[in-house]
Amino acid sequence: MSRLTGLFTQLQDAGRAALVPFMTAGDPSLTATVPLMHALAAAGADAIELGMPFSDPMADGPSIQRASERALARGVKLRMVLGWVREFRMTNRHTPIILMGYLNPVEAMGVISFAEAAAAAGVDGVILVDLTPEEGRGEATLLQQRGIDPIFLLAPTSGPERVARVRSMGSGFVYYVSLRGITGATSADWVEVLQRVRDLRRQLGLPVAVGFGIRDAATVARVAAEADAVVVGSALVEQLAECATDQEAIQVATRFVQALAEAVRTTERVCA
Amino acid sequence: MGGYSMPDASGHFGPYGGRFVAETLVTALEALERAYHEAQQDPGFRAELHSELRQFVGRPNPLCHAERLSRELGGAQIYLKREDLNHTGAHKINNAVGQALLARRMGKKRVIAETGAGQHGVATATVATRYGLKCLVYMGEEDIRRQSSNVYRMRLLGAEVVAVGGGTRTLKDAMNEAMRDWVTHVDSTFYVIGTVAGPHPYPTMVREFHRVIGDETRAQCLELTGRLPDCLIACVGGGSNAMGLFYPFIADPAVRLIGVEAGGLGLSTGRHAAPLTTGRPGVLHGNRTYLMEDEDGQILPTHSISAGLDYPGVGPEHAYLKDTGRAEYVVATDAEALTAFHRLCRTEGIIPALETAHALAHAIRLAPAMRSDQTIVVNLSGRGDKDIHTVASLEGIHL
Repeated sequence: MSRLTGLFTQLQDAGRAALVPFMTAGDPSLTATVPLMHALAAAGADAIELGMPFSDPMADGPSIQRASERALARGVKLRMVLGWVREFRMTNRHTPIILMGYLNPVEAMGVISFAEAAAAAGVDGVILVDLTPEEGRGEATLLQQRGIDPIFLLAPTSGPERVARVRSMGSGFVYYVSLRGITGATSADWVEVLQRVRDLRRQLGLPVAVGFGIRDAATVARVAAEADAVVVGSALVEQLAECATDQEAIQVATRFVQALAEAVRTTERVCA
Repeated sequence: MGGYSMPDASGHFGPYGGRFVAETLVTALEALERAYHEAQQDPGFRAELHSELRQFVGRPNPLCHAERLSRELGGAQIYLKREDLNHTGAHKINNAVGQALLARRMGKKRVIAETGAGQHGVATATVATRYGLKCLVYMGEEDIRRQSSNVYRMRLLGAEVVAVGGGTRTLKDAMNEAMRDWVTHVDSTFYVIGTVAGPHPYPTMVREFHRVIGDETRAQCLELTGRLPDCLIACVGGGSNAMGLFYPFIADPAVRLIGVEAGGLGLSTGRHAAPLTTGRPGVLHGNRTYLMEDEDGQILPTHSISAGLDYPGVGPEHAYLKDTGRAEYVVATDAEALTAFHRLCRTEGIIPALETAHALAHAIRLAPAMRSDQTIVVNLSGRGDKDIHTVASLEGIHL
């Protein structure tokens, strides 16, 4: 059983949602990346979404754009990101790692080389924001053949045909984008989102993670009542950006993620 | 090349094109594709578009024999397709009219656009006002600095111009920001993309709205010279004016198609905007095409004297025409474009846009080696009023 499937099975039994913080690899510093990943896990993250920096992150708001720019300015490359995952895996065998980024850097490395290196490093899932299921058939298969789940996104605008397509191609879980917008936005209508999440869980037969616009423990708790996983990105990235030292970043991340972890652990699931 | 029928049903030109976007936009693109196909089939829409191109844009514009320039060069006869005479001063308005009419037909109240040199922004602001749509234009801070008169023009026309400070602060970043806006306001907003790039159906739709350039050229050339031109030359940034001119000639193998990319300070300096000449295929802004990128797949900063060519990608159909050999792509440097700019001013009494000057530079190189009974058509894609400050300051003159 894959780490992701194992996690969702275990949490199903525990009756709670997973907390998945997002951080950009290489930000706020190169040396902080692996210690931060360990800190997130220790603070109660059930899985970690690690951003692969790209020069033109079209779906991201200002916080993650700037984190990406800073990381690239520090010389972050895709192979370095995979190296950090490998380093993390030396002492953490259980926390799933999901890489999130855009197609072009993966293509530049070569999709097969990337899939092999990611599998060897211990990556569990890959989200490529600009790779739709229609265009991504080949890539999805190459990842799955190496034991990595291709995670597709669904949005409030996705109709039944698209849900069916993602159902047939995705594995691991499906990422539901809570709003019409970019990362870091704050205008989701949570009643509507949670209704949609209920429908999607039934239609997909896969766990549903919800992200975009979730910035605090109260919202985490609300979403955790319905979703299988709750992703918090920009709010953490913004706090890390303010940190002057690696140590401060670790403290800030720990405090923030502990509060969110508490929220998922004290929220009872509405539906099983 | 007879029976040319690109793209395929899913918007691919061979391996290029396609639809690489965030999930939120897929449904909007599907709706746009349907609306566009319905409009194309609707005689009422076609009549309205035709009427607007005549009444408001001023089409057809002439194909003008550049007699003095041709004589000086002593070779092929150069003809200029006068897109600079369109309302707003460039070819961009052909597409802006088409997309704005489509936006209105789809019931959208708000249009957004990205712009580099500002010509597409001005064209979009113009038609938005004419059709009663709210208009917002994204423009890189660097481009706002070098194209300030177009910024003011857009504001006069009632558009809001938003400065984009991220990335390289040029056209590609304006396009990123416009995509972010569209994702956020997808239900109310129509994104008027200004070139033959972006996710399907944009490359096809924009080509179709610009093919009037090539259709008119074909008829005018037959009328003036009794035969088809030997060679078509157009500048290529995203490639919309080139695609509009080339497309009706693709199935005529005797007509050479030449696109001219921005050679900037010279290819060896790395400071240019010539993805077809030096780049490799990748994915950016919703389509697969040739890109200027580093070995890690990060998009490289570009340089061109002309803001409208300062873009690291190119329309996917150009990528396809390059690979199949149907079209040739060459470069002209900033210096060559400037020389050509001055030469046209002095020989023909026409101030060309700096973008257009790249196409002229290649015509000037090519014509002397051709016979005097051969013809070259250069797409005079825009007028140069917007560039006079740039040119003057290079000569140490402050206007």
